[in-house]
Amino acid sequence: MASFKPTRIQVYPKLGEKVTQDTLYWKNYKAPVQIKEFGAITSIDFSPLAPHTYAVTASTRVHIYGPFSQEPVKTFTRFKDTAYSGRFRSDGQLLVAGCEDSAVRLFDVSGRVAIRMFKGHTKAVHVADFTSHGYQILTGSDDYTCKLWDIPNSAELTSYKEHTDYIRCGITSKLNRDLFFTGSYDHTLKLFDARVDKSVMNMDHGQPVESLLLYPSEGLLVSAGGRYVKVWDLLKGGQPLVSLKNHHKTVTSLCLGSNGQRLLSASLDRHVKVYSTTNYKVVHNFDYAASILSLGLAPDDESIVVGMTNGILSIKHKRTPEDSKGAVQQKRQPAYRIFVKGKNYVPKQEDYLVSKPVRQYLAKYDKLLRKFNVSKALDEAMEVSTIPMAVIKELDRRGTLKNALAGRDEKELCQLLSFVIMNLVDTRFTATLTTMAEMLLDIYQSTVGMSSLVDRQLLRLQELLDKETEYQQELMEVLGMLDVLFASAHPRKEVTLPGDGANGHVFLMYTYIYV
Amino acid sequence: MVAHADTRVVHRGGSKINFRAPVITQDSRFLICVSGECIKVFSTSTEECIHHLQGHKELVTGLVLNPSNHLQVFSCSEDGTIRLWDFTDGILIRVTLLHLKTPSTLHSVPGKRNNCEGCSRGHQCYMHLCYGIIYLCVDYLTSCALCSQGEYVASVKDNVLHVYFLNKKTFYRFALGTSGEMAARNAFTCVACHPKDDCIATGHGDGKIRLWRNFNQEKEYTFSTVHWHHSGVNALCFTPEGTNLLSGGLESVLVQWRYGQEGQKDFLPRLGSSIKEIVVSPDGSLFCTSHTDNKITVIKNCTKVSAVIQGLVHGDGVKTALMVDPRTKALVLNGKPGHLQFYSLQRDQQLYNLDIVQQEYINQSNLDQFEVVKAALDSRGSWLATVEQRSAKEVEISLKLWAFDEHTQSFVLNTTISAPHDGPISEICFSPSSQNSTTLVSVSLDGHFKAWQLTQPDPSDDEEASWSCDFVGDYHSLEPKCCCFSADGSLLAVSFKEVVTVWSPASWDLLTTLSQPPGAIQDLCFGRLSCSKYLLGATDKNLCCWNLLTCSLEWSTALDVSLLLADPLSENVAAFCGAEKTTDLFVFRPSEPRPHFSQQALCTGRVTRAVFAPRDEPLDGCEESSQWLNRSQLYFLTHNMELLTFLTKPEEERLMALSKQVAVLKKHKQEFLHTSCLLFISLFISQFALTLSAIMTLVLSILT
Repeated sequence: MASFKPTRIQVYPKLGEKVTQDTLYWKNYKAPVQIKEFGAITSIDFSPLAPHTYAVTASTRVHIYGPFSQEPVKTFTRFKDTAYSGRFRSDGQLLVAGCEDSAVRLFDVSGRVAIRMFKGHTKAVHVADFTSHGYQILTGSDDYTCKLWDIPNSAELTSYKEHTDYIRCGITSKLNRDLFFTGSYDHTLKLFDARVDKSVMNMDHGQPVESLLLYPSEGLLVSAGGRYVKVWDLLKGGQPLVSLKNHHKTVTSLCLGSNGQRLLSASLDRHVKVYSTTNYKVVHNFDYAASILSLGLAPDDESIVVGMTNGILSIKHKRTPEDSKGAVQQKRQPAYRIFVKGKNYVPKQEDYLVSKPVRQYLAKYDKLLRKFNVSKALDEAMEVSTIPMAVIKELDRRGTLKNALAGRDEKELCQLLSFVIMNLVDTRFTATLTTMAEMLLDIYQSTVGMSSLVDRQLLRLQELLDKETEYQQELMEVLGMLDVLFASAHPRKEVTLPGDGANGHVFLMYTYIYV
Repeated sequence: MVAHADTRVVHRGGSKINFRAPVITQDSRFLICVSGECIKVFSTSTEECIHHLQGHKELVTGLVLNPSNHLQVFSCSEDGTIRLWDFTDGILIRVTLLHLKTPSTLHSVPGKRNNCEGCSRGHQCYMHLCYGIIYLCVDYLTSCALCSQGEYVASVKDNVLHVYFLNKKTFYRFALGTSGEMAARNAFTCVACHPKDDCIATGHGDGKIRLWRNFNQEKEYTFSTVHWHHSGVNALCFTPEGTNLLSGGLESVLVQWRYGQEGQKDFLPRLGSSIKEIVVSPDGSLFCTSHTDNKITVIKNCTKVSAVIQGLVHGDGVKTALMVDPRTKALVLNGKPGHLQFYSLQRDQQLYNLDIVQQEYINQSNLDQFEVVKAALDSRGSWLATVEQRSAKEVEISLKLWAFDEHTQSFVLNTTISAPHDGPISEICFSPSSQNSTTLVSVSLDGHFKAWQLTQPDPSDDEEASWSCDFVGDYHSLEPKCCCFSADGSLLAVSFKEVVTVWSPASWDLLTTLSQPPGAIQDLCFGRLSCSKYLLGATDKNLCCWNLLTCSLEWSTALDVSLLLADPLSENVAAFCGAEKTTDLFVFRPSEPRPHFSQQALCTGRVTRAVFAPRDEPLDGCEESSQWLNRSQLYFLTHNMELLTFLTKPEEERLMALSKQVAVLKKHKQEFLHTSCLLFISLFISQFALTLSAIMTLVLSILT
């Protein structure tokens, strides 16, 4: 009686991303903590001082969260309308925020009420920031102006009206107290010097500018607007260095990570991309559930905080070595006695070692296949992601795939159909899944129209097939074009065959070498 | 053409051991089975072959234990003799000539009946013999069984069960519905008689088992039906006490039914292949099932397989080429479905089965399962390439490469290439170069041939070396058929319809093309040693020989060649030519178009599989016509799967001498035992007064 041979699970070479140091690094985060805010989260700012609390601006509030808290440790609610751009001062003591009602409020982090209010703008203020020495505030507003304010006497110092559209982003220099940058929906970035009354540098981004970022050395400026992220060399007078187009919707937020080694960009396309700042290649990609408006990264990449349009704040904390260790240690160790049992017996030279017969352990679906329970085996296999294909192939080989597919109810049928739809166009599975799809249609064609769920899946399948045929047609066209190109690139070779002297034939040969 | 008296075509090994049901001896220690022209005695515990009982000139068709002496066995054969053997010593005791050369079986009848009678009615022919055995001619019957009391014989044919009462000489006929579809499925397949009750069990084509009772009249007989098998029941057998009924069929599951309580049954699943016969030892402790893949399984205590005796597997057909493994000198060919078997020709024993497909085989008819269709071994036996194929709706092919593992002494899967080609693969071959780099070439009907090479990975990665595609070649989008490497591996010839293309494997340049229309090339072969400048190609009408130095045709002759085969150790090339119905063999050197050996009407049917097996020590035959057999031996498979070979005269003489020596040895041994027994008895009588201990020491001294 031979033992049952388990189904062989074909291991396919992994297509797509290769595992690099970066993927390992950026995958090393725990499952995200999700907090629901009242409205779209427009700004996230980390306090520069330990313990690195962060301010989250959403709707008419600014919440301050502790590094590991799930509840806000502090809330500022004294806004008449939507608040914008809550930012910490470099000592972490003060926080400034703009508002839809054109007033700019300054809070003491330990207090509750605004200690200063700056009124002078005529429209919503989306940008507010402290200058590097901490005594002045930069604001930018939808009335096209940006202003500098003095904190002690809450007076307006200067006002610049050079932009011709809303100012939606601005950043102050950390090294020079007089320099700051603003970006506007008029597609331009401007560098202002508080000591002169007009901009000293002007750069054209080409799209409404959404976010600005300065490198720690302040030699490079990064701007995000439209689908583009652009890097500007400030030391060369604002020359564009590189333009990145990796998102397919507007990029909304920028952030630096790993001590300036990595650049992160978040976009409305629900992705966060990580670039290397040496070659500006994307090294990693995060997916989120909704369009992202704001992104924050704690120092040393301890946590990634993302704010989305649906008001969900997602916080990923880095996995520490203790976390992974702790999980292992939870297993109960067997008693010492069990370890020692029989271990101290040393076989003598003349002893013949009898090895124990190895017990064969079968997976659940294999046990069911052994008993010819084909439907249950298929059900069991559908639970795990990599196995269904192998089991479907095995059932097809046994000629019982039809039996396994028949007699399903609406829910199970939908599951099967969605599996087919998901994997049908994968060339490695197409042959098997087309047979499966045909069988499904054969079996259930009489029930079409009885369930809206199944009908919807069937329509999806039809759409998929239409799209796929279109693709194939296009690909064939491209192939044809390439053939023409290759044929014209290879010169015709004339070869005389030495052996055929009697006839003296000359053969023309075309040799194609496929790579 | 000279008639060659000094070489003769013989069966050597690989005969069917499942042709008739095996016999288990009274003490359950031995299992006796037919094996072509001889009878083999196996030990049931060690699976070892203990004796070859040789003597019959034709196929042995029946075996039965001597009812009056349980250490002797009767056998009958198509040569019309019945022989009585002592199977413990392997000695022929008596030969009875019958002058009846029809397929037959033997059955034993209890009690002494020394009458000799014959009976013929319908399609049956019975014949009593002395010694208490019955000789049955079974030419027309599907199956027959004899009641253990010897009262009646039950036989089945198509839809009819016949019961013949030997004493009353009456004859009853029971027929099942013969109309329409039912008829085909109702047909009787096997029959067994209960040892105590008057009950006959019959198996049917639709998987049902019927138990017949009250059959000593034609009117009021009754039968009950039980059903478990999904396809035909091939074998039925009652245990000696009659408490259980065993049945088996295509499912390869041994089913044990309780007699009287047919609802209860036990199963022994996955016995490998469909069951052909079931035999139970006289004490009921051992079951033996013989299977269609030439295998006998010994089952102990109804539950455990204790031994498997495996002969050369005769599948539906050998799809791979015959090969000889350079390491074990074993013949490699298709074995069980999805396996390759390694069969030692010297010891006439299967060495091991290599599972290629690694999938559970489903014993069900009309199911497309993966089959090993091509296999190739490289010249040192360190790599094995196999192609498995399943032709369901779309052809599924995978190419597997196996590395020989010194530690486990078997092949281990190294690389699997799924869908290596778009169409079926028509041939694969390894390059013979002896350096570390080996190339495999696969030729497919999709119009391409591909070269595969072993790529060493970076030392930094901890991956093993694996195979990958090195080159894809084609020629005017023609279908390639066969490929062949020259002896030194410097040239590769691939045939595309009428054209032979010659490539350089070093650079993959097309060097030259050769063509001799009309007719597509069927087989290609390079000359060896001094003839390595010649390339032989066979079309369905001509055999052509090209000289590669001048790239011109050297000679050609009109022959319908079915197989070209080069001896790896000499210049000789063997060409099997399929004439109308018989096959001729020509052995020649490519340098001269005259054969130095030819044999016409070698066998019936086309020969498509053959191999030169290198000899361990070359023969020193000086006869010119048998010189080609000095270095290696030629084995070939006929279309009905018989393995034949050539035996030269000196070899035959040597074998005869060997068997005589064995016989003399056996005789000496027997004489010695006889005399020692006499000595013991005489001593025992004369010295009765001796103490018991003294006798014991005497016994011991004699035994040692």
